[in-house]
Amino acid sequence: MSFARFNFKRFGAVVMKEFIQMRRDRLTFGMMVGVPMIQLILFGYAINSNPKHLPTAVYAADNSVFSRTFVQGLRNSSYFDIIREPRTTAEINRLLAENTVQFAVTIPVDFSRKLVRGERPDLLLEADATDPTAVGYAIAAVNGLVPTIFNRDLTGPLAPLQAGSPPFNLVVHQHYNPENITQYNIVPGLMGVMLTMTMIMITALAITRERERGTMENLLSTPVRPGEVLLGKIVPYIGVGYVQVTLILLAAKFLFDVPMIGSVPLLLVLVLLFIVANLAVGITFSTVAKNQLQAMQMTFFFFLPSLLLSGYMFPFRGMPGWAQDIGEVLPLTHFLRVVRGILLKGNGLPELMPDLWPMALFLAVMLTVGIKRYRQTLD
Amino acid sequence: MSTPEFIIDVRGVTKQFGGRVVVNDIAMQVRPGEIYGFLGPNGSGKTTFLRMLCGLLTPDGGSGHCLGYDILKQSAEIKKHAGYMTQRFSFYEDLTIEENLDFIARIYEVKDRQAAVEQSLERLTMTARRRQLAGTLSGGWKQRLALAACLIHQPQLLLLDEPTAGVDPKARRDFWEEIHQLAADGLTVLITTHYMDEAERCTKLAYIAYGNLLAQGTVDEVVASARLTTWEVVGKNLHAVADQLRGKPGVEQVVVFGTTLHVSGRDAVRLRESIAPWMREEYRWHPIASGLEDVFISLMETAADNFK
Ligand SMILES: Nc1ncnc2c1ncn2[C@@H]1O[C@H](COP(=O)(O)OP(=O)(O)OP(=O)(O)O)[C@@H](O)[C@H]1O
Ligand SMILES: [Mg+2]
Repeated sequence: MSFARFNFKRFGAVVMKEFIQMRRDRLTFGMMVGVPMIQLILFGYAINSNPKHLPTAVYAADNSVFSRTFVQGLRNSSYFDIIREPRTTAEINRLLAENTVQFAVTIPVDFSRKLVRGERPDLLLEADATDPTAVGYAIAAVNGLVPTIFNRDLTGPLAPLQAGSPPFNLVVHQHYNPENITQYNIVPGLMGVMLTMTMIMITALAITRERERGTMENLLSTPVRPGEVLLGKIVPYIGVGYVQVTLILLAAKFLFDVPMIGSVPLLLVLVLLFIVANLAVGITFSTVAKNQLQAMQMTFFFFLPSLLLSGYMFPFRGMPGWAQDIGEVLPLTHFLRVVRGILLKGNGLPELMPDLWPMALFLAVMLTVGIKRYRQTLD
Repeated sequence: MSTPEFIIDVRGVTKQFGGRVVVNDIAMQVRPGEIYGFLGPNGSGKTTFLRMLCGLLTPDGGSGHCLGYDILKQSAEIKKHAGYMTQRFSFYEDLTIEENLDFIARIYEVKDRQAAVEQSLERLTMTARRRQLAGTLSGGWKQRLALAACLIHQPQLLLLDEPTAGVDPKARRDFWEEIHQLAADGLTVLITTHYMDEAERCTKLAYIAYGNLLAQGTVDEVVASARLTTWEVVGKNLHAVADQLRGKPGVEQVVVFGTTLHVSGRDAVRLRESIAPWMREEYRWHPIASGLEDVFISLMETAADNFK
């Protein structure tokens, strides 16, 4: 290799040209600046793997000073926001299944009576442990409260109860994923992540490719209608999506032993909504992107927040409000809840409703935008 | 559908891109069975005009009918009965020849599709290569495939955008044979080309430059309307003569053809005055009929003066 061959003028010319092209290609430029910014913001501020203020339901059957102290202790820990006060066990179960609360505390009827008698009554803390990282710290915080929380109330004749073993017994029930196996949470979620990535990219590319290669001109000169083109392009990819879903479900069952408590057929039906929502995003992107590269970039632009803000990578409730708001818009967020809900919680349609309509709404909006923007001429 | 008097009957057709007028107030009437040649320099707006006829672009102004359908409101109908061959190859390179033909036949809902595809393959003499990917065809064969594909639904109007660019002379001749055959059977053809021999095979011509229609009619009419006088010179050292003649009053074009020189201009009197000094022993001069090419170049240069 000889360095003498290297011509700096030619090199300079190439640099110049690339620079001009880069500047002309606003989207690429935006991506180059935008992606690091987004990552910085997300990793720096949004991602909190020690989530606090988790929604909690308290069922205090025993209305005593001890109950009030315990609830106050929960509040003070800042891990728990008490948002519901259910009156039955069934209600508690429903709140946990629907993802309304992360924790439920049950203080039994005779709690204070038994406590005063030194019988060390049970106090039940139930957690939705689908995502083990989301609950770990909070449970540790409650465990820390147990030995000393009632010390101020245990005065006078009760003072001896302060000494020795704690005056009551905290029973923790971790629902849905009691062994805290992260794969149970990650593997079903992977289905949504993969679908988001591939479904959007594949449609966005399929349509921009036509434009880039000039075949769109031919296609538009035939009697074929936009709806036919769009649907015709979507349908084969729905098939691709189902192949992916099947593969992941098989892997989940046979490689990772993920429990499948709910109805797999129901999941297979509902996944269609998610697939089509993503295909609609792809269509919309393809109407904006000028070429395949841009379509690709836009896909990543959508994929990144989906990955980070949906609750797949980090506990959803560990994110600040604005990040949760963005997350709530993304179909992946809701789909993750649906998959986990069906597979790990055994949820049926009624419990899934709160996550189905946002996906349907997203789909309707995206599809409308996509079809509106899809031009039937070359103008 | 009864055959209308004009297959294409449009007027005032205008198109702008970003404020720049690319097609300016063009009127065109094409009768059934005509082979209408559409000529003009690069970037003059030919492709844009064809695209407007078949609904690929929306005109900014103008109105009219194509195949009896309104060009603004009924482009869906026009698309069904017209065949448009794009300038750039626009079939699927990753499909085979047969798959491409079959796809197009399906889109046009051709009756007896398989037979139509077979017939087109035969006409293309590509029956044996039917499973070849279209992307691997040579340029000329791609053109032929594209033509076959836009004929598969038996259109009543063909819009061909430089269909013979890059096609060898024999294939070009076959192509024109076929076009004349189809026209004899009643098909109407609007075709853009840069080849003069092809222009002369058209029944009518239109010439466009900078978006303006400059001449229209049969070959003879177009030549006559230009009122161009052309002299041919035979002699030695013609390059020097050519250099000296350029720029003289009345001399608009000086073209060297090996051993002869063509000098032309629209002002016959001044042209005669300017060439007089060279009408000597060693050069033999005689007036000849102006060729189509001379006429077009003259039109283009005039247009450049007027519209630039
Ligand atoms: N989509 C577009 N946007 C902007 N300008 C365009 C567009 N399409 C065409 N033009 C411009 O319109 C003018 C006419 O283009 P057109 O393709 O119609 O020319 P043409 O006569 O077909 O040329 P050629 O003989 O080279 O094929 C050109 O100057 C071109 O740059
Ligand atoms: Mg053109």
